[in-house]
Amino acid sequence: MNFRTLKQLAELAETRNLRLGQLMLEEQCHESGEDKDAVFDQMREYYGIMKSAVHQGLHTDTTSKSGLTGGDARKLMAYRADGQSLLGHASLSMSYALAVSEVNASMGRIIATPTAGSCGIIPGVFISSQERFGWTDEQMVYGLFASGAIGYVIANSSFISGAEGGCQAEVGSAIGMAAGALVDIRGGSPSQSIHAVGLALKNTLGLICDPVAGLVEIPCIVRNGFGAITALGAADMALAGVRSIIPSDEVVQVMLEVGSAMPESLRETAGGGLAQTPTGRKITRDLQHK
Amino acid sequence: MIASFRQMCNRRNGENKTVRFKDVFSIIGPAMVGPSSSHTAGAARIGRTARHLFGECPSHAEILMFGSFAATYKGHGTDTAIVGGLLDMETDDPGLPDAFAHADTAGMETIIRPGTGLYPHPNTVEIALTNAAGDRTLNMLGTSIGGGNIEIVRINGYNLKLTALYPTLIIRHSDEPGVIAVVTRLLVDNRINIGHMSVDRKNRRGEAMMVLECDGKMNPAVVQQIEVIPEVQEVTLLSL
Repeated sequence: MNFRTLKQLAELAETRNLRLGQLMLEEQCHESGEDKDAVFDQMREYYGIMKSAVHQGLHTDTTSKSGLTGGDARKLMAYRADGQSLLGHASLSMSYALAVSEVNASMGRIIATPTAGSCGIIPGVFISSQERFGWTDEQMVYGLFASGAIGYVIANSSFISGAEGGCQAEVGSAIGMAAGALVDIRGGSPSQSIHAVGLALKNTLGLICDPVAGLVEIPCIVRNGFGAITALGAADMALAGVRSIIPSDEVVQVMLEVGSAMPESLRETAGGGLAQTPTGRKITRDLQHK
Repeated sequence: MIASFRQMCNRRNGENKTVRFKDVFSIIGPAMVGPSSSHTAGAARIGRTARHLFGECPSHAEILMFGSFAATYKGHGTDTAIVGGLLDMETDDPGLPDAFAHADTAGMETIIRPGTGLYPHPNTVEIALTNAAGDRTLNMLGTSIGGGNIEIVRINGYNLKLTALYPTLIIRHSDEPGVIAVVTRLLVDNRINIGHMSVDRKNRRGEAMMVLECDGKMNPAVVQQIEVIPEVQEVTLLSL
């Protein structure tokens, strides 16, 4: 890849007069030595799997093996049916994000974006926004390449696993990737996309990874739902011209700094946070006796 | 123009970090069965890499968990995923959740337990495999670095690195001058580019191993050409 920072990514796209998604497709072909059609088709297949996961989450029983989670996406869909949800259309993005995360927790098939713990956010905002604005699948697939470009920079400058950097590295990265990609699909400039990433990441800095009983369920699933809303918010801010005064690359460095300082108990070991609350401990004990 | 080393050192922060994630599909992807990319999909990939390095279905597998793997493997299905990988299942194989039952059918005995001592990454697993005859073993240390991506850092006591993303040659050879040159010359002749290479040895002029991650498809004939080099004892082509 010919870029290492978000700034370089935006500059490269502007120099070549390409959208972020188009640039990343070209860069990927160069990296893998495959032709454009093959690379694009693989991503198109992934988008299809994302759609299937949303459908599965809304129409099948997603009770997890532990029995702790499942069915919340369907609850939200029923609740928002009368059009009175406080979030309006955004509640659809939230429902879809929950749906995919519930499919993941029940050992269904998903695409890691960038991880499985954060797999609901990108499908949630992509598929709901596509329905709303009538975007084509092709536009959405380019959007996935844009989100991949952003994730590539974050992953190589900081981290994308909860065990290394906490939830900010997983859910936080996914929100930044989704926000920047939405701006790209909606017609914003590469620079606006990058501002969206910085705006979004600032809101999740410090978020710990504290899964109850070590399961990707509590609080992971609801954090995907909230993450979808944050991604929409950050994209809207950037499209309105709001800038990340602290440059997005510097925000990514803060994520690295904060994650490195995080104690191991708050990095996917279930040794602290919500996992070690009285209720978290009770759930863990009950599951062990099950 | 080639930058001098001093110029390289003066570059901005960030360019000196290793590129752990190489392409778009290490960020968007893999397609996988949940619930965790590092603890399920990455674990399955580590298991499948061990299976391919071993070359057959093991009759006995000992799996030692470290760090976050040790703390949360039951909840994430890490043990199930590794066993699935050892049975050659891919990350999105629908049979993955039932891997232990499939292992019984295949006659593979498994022992899962926490490991002791130092480990290189929060998500680390040591896998020790034995075949039915008891005359072949593999010991491998793997790490799951996020998003389903892995790094194998030790094979049979050699400290090496492989990601299983590329066609990879694993060559056991004797530590003699020129062995690397003979092998890489063969790759040149076959127009094969090396992306990453690591070499380690047990002792000077003793046993050694090299791992070559290569670009593009690898013609199996290359393996045969390397096998006949006198100093080479064993060649494995890993292509997942």
